Amino acid sequence: MEALNNYGIVLALLGAALAALVPGMASAKAVSMGGIAGAGVIAEDPSLFGKVLILQLLPGTQGIYGLIIAFITFSQIGVLGGSSDISFVKGALYFAACLPMIIVGYTSAIRQANASVASIGTVAKKPDQFGKAMIFPAMVETYAILAVLISILAVSGVTGLNI
Amino acid sequence: MKNNMHFSNGKNKMHNNKDITDKQYIYAVARIRSKELTLFGKSDIEQLISCSTEMECLRILTDKGWGKDGSHTSEQILTSEREKTWELLKELVEDISVFNTFLYGNDYHNLKAAIKQVYRGTKGHNLYMSNCTLDPEVIIKAVSEHDFSLLPEYMRDIAEEAYQIQLRTGDSQLCDIVLDKAALDSIYAYGKESGNELISQYVELKVAAANINIAIRSVKTNKDEEFLKRALSECESLDINKLIECAIEGMEAIYDFLATTVYFEGVPALMESSQAFERWCDNLIINYIRPQKYNPFTLSPLAAYLLARENEIKTVRILLSGKRNDISDDIIRERLREMYV
Repeated sequence: MEALNNYGIVLALLGAALAALVPGMASAKAVSMGGIAGAGVIAEDPSLFGKVLILQLLPGTQGIYGLIIAFITFSQIGVLGGSSDISFVKGALYFAACLPMIIVGYTSAIRQANASVASIGTVAKKPDQFGKAMIFPAMVETYAILAVLISILAVSGVTGLNI
Repeated sequence: MKNNMHFSNGKNKMHNNKDITDKQYIYAVARIRSKELTLFGKSDIEQLISCSTEMECLRILTDKGWGKDGSHTSEQILTSEREKTWELLKELVEDISVFNTFLYGNDYHNLKAAIKQVYRGTKGHNLYMSNCTLDPEVIIKAVSEHDFSLLPEYMRDIAEEAYQIQLRTGDSQLCDIVLDKAALDSIYAYGKESGNELISQYVELKVAAANINIAIRSVKTNKDEEFLKRALSECESLDINKLIECAIEGMEAIYDFLATTVYFEGVPALMESSQAFERWCDNLIINYIRPQKYNPFTLSPLAAYLLARENEIKTVRILLSGKRNDISDDIIRERLREMYV
């Protein structure tokens, strides 16, 4: 068990790295999908650039949330300074705390991209319906926000545990 | 020719099918969404109907951006619109062969024209259609040199058969039937192999409608069983052996048989006239593809746009022809197709 405790920091760091990596990758793909659809619309009607840009950027937030979780975890586990003496169990708990952001961040970004692309199509046909069209992809954001909140609470909570 | 025939070498076919089923066509669909705004709706058609002359219609069409510089006649304007559609699709998809289903018909038309020209010893390129999978020059060369190895494998045997029929018997109708059936077989097989549900359903409707039309015409012209067997193409939704039996019995037997199939709603239209049935089939396709207006991914919205444009051009052609021949607005309205938007 003593030997395993050396790997606590590894697990915690892995969780933090994945929290930045996975939602970041998904957001990159999602924003790219929005950008491709946006380029198609702009090719026909350049005046829609502003509206299309907002819809393109919506699924980019998961990458930012992932970064926040990674940053908080880094600061809690001592990677950014302080003690990095973390038991194996605590390291595993940090890893588990990052999981909501890793998993929900990935899936919600891709799903939100689908909704954004569909809304970009709506804006292409009915620019005056931009407000309504924006709500549909924005609704997907709810679950990314829930995931980031849970991860923040969990990471902060794990820090206070004496294990 | 069997419906499960293979068209190209395995590599190309797999590549095309992968394009059709896996690609999302996000850019292309987004552009099509904007393009759909320019499709004619009911109000545009009503505006054209309210014109008193064909010239007035053409003026409105030109104002709406139809035609190209130098296109003045209705046929020139309609042809340029079809060209514009294909130019757009070629720009939107890397590999235009994903639309081969819609192009094979033109290949077989060109083959037919080439065989007829060789038989009559005439020359000229105005009979050939553009937007096809094979360069018309290749077809002309293959037929004039009687070297069908220049054609793709799936076309060679049927080209030889049609060529021999035309040159040995001079029976143009039989030559046409053989090539028309081959075209339907090609369209059907490629559509079914495409893996795209919209294209698959489109070819099903197209082949079934063609079979029904052939059966009806053969009853009217007293054709025999042999003719029907040569002319009808197999499809899933219609038992062609049963259709042949009914066609031999007469028109009522065809109506009764169709009433037991998925095409039962088309029977009243068929009883009215073959034009009414054709209109019913066109409307059926438009109603089937209409949900693609809300689909942001895949090839289906692009295929739907292509069919919508073809439908639009056909509708405008009917309308212009009606105006040219001083047909009343009500009769023109009856002949028009439903619009996609």
